[in-house]
Amino acid sequence: MKILVTAKRTPDPYSKIKLKPDGSGIDTSNIKFVINSFDEIAIEEGLRKKEKFGGEVVVVSIGTQECVEQIRTALAMGADRGILVDTGGRYLDQLGVAKILARIVEDEKPDLVILGKQAIDDDANQVSQILAELLGWPQATFASKVDIDLNSKKAVVEREVDGGIEVDEVSLPAVISADLRLNQPRYASLPGIMKARQKPLKTVKIEDLKVDVSPSVEVLKFEAPPQRQGGKKVKDVDELIQALKESKVLPF
Amino acid sequence: MSILVVLELKDGKVKPVSLSAVTCAKLLSQKTGLLYNVALIGAPSDSAVEEASHLGAQKVFVCSEEHLKHYTAENFKIAVVKIAELSGAKYVISVASSLGKDLMPRVAAKLGAGMASEIIEVIDGETFKRNMYAGTVIATVRLKSDIKVLTVKGTAFEKAEKVSSKSEIHKVEVKEVFEGKRFVELRETKSARPELTEASVVVSVGRGIKGPENIKIAEELTDVLGGALGASRAVVDAGWLPNDYQVGQTGKTVAPQLYIALGISGAIQHVAGMKDSKFVVAINKDPEAPIFQIADAGLVADLFQAVPELTQKLKKLKEQSMG
Ligand SMILES: Cc1cc2nc3c(=O)[nH]c(=O)nc-3n(C[C@H](O)[C@H](O)[C@H](O)COP(=O)(O)OP(=O)(O)OC[C@H]3O[C@@H](n4cnc5c(N)ncnc54)[C@H](O)[C@@H]3O)c2cc1C
Ligand SMILES: Nc1ncnc2c1ncn2[C@@H]1O[C@H](COP(=O)(O)O)[C@@H](O)[C@H]1O
Repeated sequence: MKILVTAKRTPDPYSKIKLKPDGSGIDTSNIKFVINSFDEIAIEEGLRKKEKFGGEVVVVSIGTQECVEQIRTALAMGADRGILVDTGGRYLDQLGVAKILARIVEDEKPDLVILGKQAIDDDANQVSQILAELLGWPQATFASKVDIDLNSKKAVVEREVDGGIEVDEVSLPAVISADLRLNQPRYASLPGIMKARQKPLKTVKIEDLKVDVSPSVEVLKFEAPPQRQGGKKVKDVDELIQALKESKVLPF
Repeated sequence: MSILVVLELKDGKVKPVSLSAVTCAKLLSQKTGLLYNVALIGAPSDSAVEEASHLGAQKVFVCSEEHLKHYTAENFKIAVVKIAELSGAKYVISVASSLGKDLMPRVAAKLGAGMASEIIEVIDGETFKRNMYAGTVIATVRLKSDIKVLTVKGTAFEKAEKVSSKSEIHKVEVKEVFEGKRFVELRETKSARPELTEASVVVSVGRGIKGPENIKIAEELTDVLGGALGASRAVVDAGWLPNDYQVGQTGKTVAPQLYIALGISGAIQHVAGMKDSKFVVAINKDPEAPIFQIADAGLVADLFQAVPELTQKLKKLKEQSMG
């Protein structure tokens, strides 16, 4: 089966995010960029399905030329082919990203698209659902287990929801979004990294896709959240209870 | 033109957390002069319809079809879009629950609307604040589309209160069914404790609890306080507690009166889900743990000693106060 996955370039989740002094964006000077944590999980799931059923894993990243790094990492993990949609640095909203992915899906005709449930920079959690709607496909978001039956062309997906685990069956092609516990992504091996250099990586200019990506969501400014005034220590359990009493938060 | 709030149901009843979306609609109503309607989709009980009709809405749209008994984004989208069109909605709003997060982007795509996820503040009719980068940044976003879709962070808006006036009730029929998806089952996490997002006390456990056999130490404290139990990602990943206990950037957001973090280091992804709690207690044996920076009362101690002692002493205090 043919599976399309993504590799959004985002800051390392453990890096410290600082704002530019004028609030126009994030100071990226000391930040390490990686594949969005959830996309790594999506890529891993695509690879596991390919290992089971055969086929191809195609990885897409939308952004500047720098995203080549993330595509190469995905190729080193085992993906077969990469597509970079070069935006020339222009800002896209989630609808814009989903429209581009929909265009690529039209060309590539995958049986399955697996994305991350959310990008850890914008924390939007929208693209998979929008993409599914644009394609008229079923969606299975927040997946923690995906079982595919190629004969019936269906996937049974366990989804992490507020009340526990919801199980849904979707017919393929479908869009799945990966949650944290879907799998543990592999590291790229040294031979994998060597091989990745030879794998095809196509660059497409955003203009050439002929999709209207003018954003309807704009970010006007970024600011730091109000800091919690914490840091007070108590020396033992009795002092802790005293502090609790004084704060009047105890229910009795 | 109007505002549409999609309420969420659980076992036929209105989920309290979804009332925060009504409060957001009220604020928007003040800013724009538009009135708001509410939608109940699925299998609302009579009492849910009655409750929804006392939320200050102009109309309550009720869409109760056999094929909507179990939620799917695809079928609910059809219903929401129909009601949005019927009511001339310029805004469609829900709470950012797992259902709202799953459903609303799909609604937005169908309506050609721009969407802002998990907003924490309404500035004006088109400008909103929301968190990014695991809550380390607040972004001000503007939606330029004609129709705007919003999900709201439940802890950022009060729950709308009941009003005495009664809204008109409209039944809406939706016959179109999406074929490619089937709800199989909900494996519900059963708990006698209050809902994590509703509880006024939350006790959360981290990797410091060492193993599932020790969770009971935290449960005893939780139950003396009548609270809910939460967890860090590490604990859920290890399988010591179910997924829906996770507090954080990608789990649940809580803002109780009292949050007690036991053996949790305080990674930004965890803090994102609890930093609006009124009073934070941290018990951790590492004096350098980042959780102490945001704690109102930090106790550097081995939780295996401190927590049983705290539980015993609070139990006594509770007995005294109950007299
Ligand atoms: C994309 C992404 C999303 C994430 N989303 C979330 C999320 O939603 N929620 C979340 O929680 N995390 C999330 N994380 C993970 C987060 O980064 C941390 O790894 C996680 O919160 C750590 O959990 P912890 O504090 O329980 O474990 P640790 O960081 O291992 O901390 C354990 C703590 O226990 C203390 N301890 C050990 N023994 C004792 C003892 N006997 N007594 C007292 N203290 C003791 C230690 O000093 C330590 O501070 C996410 C990560 C990523 C990359
Ligand atoms: N620029 C991008 N390039 C590739 N994939 C993306 C991009 N932006 C978003 N995605 C995909 O959409 C998912 C959800 O993103 P979001 O809706 O922005 O939180 C991500 O995990 C990716 O799978």
